[in-house]
Amino acid sequence: MSYFGDIAKGIKTLLTGMSVTGKYFLTSRKGAITQQYPDNRETLKMFERFRGEVVMPHDESNEHRCTGCQKCELACPNGSIEIIWDRQIDAETGKKKKMIDQHIYHLGMCTMCGLCIEACPTDAIVWAQNFENSVYDRSYLTKVLNKPESKVKAGIED
Amino acid sequence: MDTNIATSNLKSEDYFINMGPQHPATHGVLRLLLTIDGEIIKKVEPDLGYIHRSIEKMCERDSYQQIVHLTDRMDYLSSHINNEAVCLTVENALQLEIPERVKVIRTIIGELTRIASHTLWWGVMGMDVGALTTYFYGFRDRELINDIFEETCGARLTMNYNIPGGLMFDIHPNFVKRTKEFIAHFKTKLPEYDRLLTGNVIFQKRMKGVGILTKEDAISFGASGPVGRGSGYSCDVRKHHPYSALDKVTFKEVLRTEGDSLARYEVRIQEMWESMSIIEQLIDNIPEGDVQVATNAVIKLPKGEFYQKVETARGELGVYVISTGTKNPYRLKFRSPGFSNLSLLNHIAVGGKIGDLVASMATLDIVVPDIDR
Repeated sequence: MSYFGDIAKGIKTLLTGMSVTGKYFLTSRKGAITQQYPDNRETLKMFERFRGEVVMPHDESNEHRCTGCQKCELACPNGSIEIIWDRQIDAETGKKKKMIDQHIYHLGMCTMCGLCIEACPTDAIVWAQNFENSVYDRSYLTKVLNKPESKVKAGIED
Repeated sequence: MDTNIATSNLKSEDYFINMGPQHPATHGVLRLLLTIDGEIIKKVEPDLGYIHRSIEKMCERDSYQQIVHLTDRMDYLSSHINNEAVCLTVENALQLEIPERVKVIRTIIGELTRIASHTLWWGVMGMDVGALTTYFYGFRDRELINDIFEETCGARLTMNYNIPGGLMFDIHPNFVKRTKEFIAHFKTKLPEYDRLLTGNVIFQKRMKGVGILTKEDAISFGASGPVGRGSGYSCDVRKHHPYSALDKVTFKEVLRTEGDSLARYEVRIQEMWESMSIIEQLIDNIPEGDVQVATNAVIKLPKGEFYQKVETARGELGVYVISTGTKNPYRLKFRSPGFSNLSLLNHIAVGGKIGDLVASMATLDIVVPDIDR
């Protein structure tokens, strides 16, 4: 008797499980969480805090907020940031002032920990939300964040 | 002339087989050297080192703020709790007074991490024993938690949201709303897990009485987390040594005495209910206040030895720091739960079938980067 009992019990548990899957089979369109990437590229919006890559925003007069204090370089755990700087004569005051020549960012070494942005006293670097970072050559991953001919915005001190 | 010479020289030898390092049931790059007799397992030797990154040595090079992000890469399924362990060690050593708001947020995100880890485990474990549907259902619910993390912390897996002295930034305005939505959603989905898999007769036969670990063995092997609690060993760090806001909440430590794979499975399912209850107690009254206390830009721990343990989704994670008063630790040792739990695999698998080994290993819930570091 227990032989048939086991069979009946087995069928019952299978049907219980299949009632769950059957429910989703019939209502699969509702509550589907899969995204049709990359077809939904136009509508896909990442969260504003998403860590895609580090960028340096410039305003319309090609000015950034980086003073070259190198705090991000010190905060970075794996040397993703290198700052090449020198002392140039400030046009307004006539004094020599520390200015960045190149803010180099190695995206290939970055672990997206966010310590550089946390350390920046002038909010010169921020996260960008783009995530399609694959390139055909490793050298493309080394980026210079400050645009050519750009200079630091007046009045920014660290 | 001896006609039996051919057969008299025959001797039986053990058969060795490699399981992994690329076997899907080893959940990463773990190589198991099996000694088998037919289908019966005689010995299991885990061979580690395929994903060793010398994280402990790198910690000696980095500052205390930088160490935190390395712990994301150990047990990546409970990265927030790993971060919390390092931060608590540093904060206790510096005797910092941490705001209540930080403690509550850390606990909520920690419990969300535990649910996310257990849902992933449930899905992957079902797949290991041959039920592919669970994989999709587990990932469906984990996805919602990952969205909460992504909105608040900026990352889905390696969050690095904790810093010594608090949190990196405040929670997102949507955090509370989304978390409540998730809890309401998951309360309807968790009973489905039971109906789909737990009661299934095939699953019961695969799990019941397989990989039995007694309480004495669990203690002597240093098992912790759901593996220890499935054997009746009361080892929940959250209960015995509460940290952050866990002393303000009431929850039950889930214990089972059977010690088999099904007991470990049930402990994890029940723990998800308990985690939801902890979040519900905290989510409505997150205290106002700062999310950081000011620390020096260069943190120097006082001379001495410091230890802090937390309960990750896998068990007890200990952080042991020896400081000589400089800005780097002299030595930093992680006591990872996965390593101890893996060490008892040989004990519970010997005498069983190869299929039972997969089932036992699935319920141990090992994460290989946590074992290798």
